[in-house]
Amino acid sequence: MADTPETLQQTPLHDRHTALDARMTDFGGFAMPVQYTGIIDEHMAVREHAGLFDVSHMGEVVVRGPQAFDFIQQLVTNDLTKLYDGRALYTVMCNEAGGVVDDLLVYRVHAEEYMLVINAANRTSDVAWMRAHNPMEATIDDRSDDIALLAIQGPEAIDLVQSLTDEPVADLKFYHFLEARDGGFQGIDWALLSRTGYTGEPGLEIYCYAADAPTLWDTLLEAGEDAGLKPAGLGARDTLRLEAGLCLYGNDLDDKTNPLAAGLGWLVAFDKGPFIGKEALQEIKAQGPKEKLIGFVMDERGIPRSGYALHAPDEDDAPIGHVTSGSQSPVLEQGIGLGYVRNEDALTTPGATVHVMMRGRPRAATVVKPPFHT
Amino acid sequence: MDFPDDLYYTEDHEWLRLSDDGATATVGITDFAQGELGDIVFVEVEPDGTTLEQDEVFGTVEAVKTVSELYMPVSGTLQSFNEELEATPELVNDDPYGEGWMVTITIEDAAEVEALMPAKDYEAMVG
Repeated sequence: MADTPETLQQTPLHDRHTALDARMTDFGGFAMPVQYTGIIDEHMAVREHAGLFDVSHMGEVVVRGPQAFDFIQQLVTNDLTKLYDGRALYTVMCNEAGGVVDDLLVYRVHAEEYMLVINAANRTSDVAWMRAHNPMEATIDDRSDDIALLAIQGPEAIDLVQSLTDEPVADLKFYHFLEARDGGFQGIDWALLSRTGYTGEPGLEIYCYAADAPTLWDTLLEAGEDAGLKPAGLGARDTLRLEAGLCLYGNDLDDKTNPLAAGLGWLVAFDKGPFIGKEALQEIKAQGPKEKLIGFVMDERGIPRSGYALHAPDEDDAPIGHVTSGSQSPVLEQGIGLGYVRNEDALTTPGATVHVMMRGRPRAATVVKPPFHT
Repeated sequence: MDFPDDLYYTEDHEWLRLSDDGATATVGITDFAQGELGDIVFVEVEPDGTTLEQDEVFGTVEAVKTVSELYMPVSGTLQSFNEELEATPELVNDDPYGEGWMVTITIEDAAEVEALMPAKDYEAMVG
């Protein structure tokens, strides 16, 4: 990467990462910690105890007003009527061709206020897209610079946060959240505690004002020390989400693919009324997507990497697709990956064999339905 | 960081240790290189008997997130691979100049060895 460090944005926790001697990298225009002690160590801490992530690079867009519901309902593919106050929804928003503009979380604060959480690298284009598709003139307020996000994930994570507050965080169900105002959580002005995450483990994502993030980081790390909580970087975040079979925008999702090919058909509510990309997605559904995202585990030695060609076992001369995410799985101690292949049962059914081309040599892998680690 | 004096070093962060008779050598990656890579999870090299020119790729070393190619420090023929690395590639992290060695090679041209960097030059390069 040739990016000059001084052009990168910093999160409110930059000093904390420096003090912990984290290895930093450019991610989505931010200087972000890749690792502190080591990716495998941090990964296993999250699987076995808990990890604390700074994910303040994520974008937060607050949508308000009497038109907020109608605006978001036509913007995203999932159905906003599933939401009530304190409930969050995972969805994608698509372009007219059904291509994925971004994947995002929608939090319903109340009937006329929602928080949309988007990928850092897409922040500018997402906000422009929202403003260009807002004929109902809902209020769109990009709060990304003011709001920090800490993710605390792992089997010990929820108890740990519960030990720091009287708010009933341990009672939150998956994809539910609560807000604590005026000092209700650790004395800070505002915190939104959400039972969500990107690791395949139970845990919380905690939104707060940027100014409150460093103290909260310190408090959580100190409170979790005995429970095995460790700071964890984007390296472990990526291997954790891959083991959990969760898509990463830019790797497994982009505007050239669509939610049906990506196995995210459950995010597309065709019966909810009009939304951007609906007609194109109906067409894709009727024809069947040309490609499909598969998960696979290596049978032979080797680690699949993004961009490697995928072949049918009897067709080593012509690819049938390509790897979009790949890594060594720290839990399985085997190579795992996600990739798109031609949508044929013989290639996509769990148990099928595909070949991953590594440095000119085909290596066998077995198609599995993620998550990989359980 | 460790830079043993008895080794030769390359700009690509390999080290080479000459045998007593100077006809063969052991090759691995440096302490600096393993630190930069992070947790090493996979090492693979070309088959024994492969003859390669100086700077040609003789294999790959992979960390969780990165793939790096391994370059021949000098022209020669691969003699043996450290098979311990198949099951325990983390030896490269733990002991890069010892148990984490990667291959042994026969040496074609002793002059190529003499042109490699001594420890102090390599230390200055990465320092």
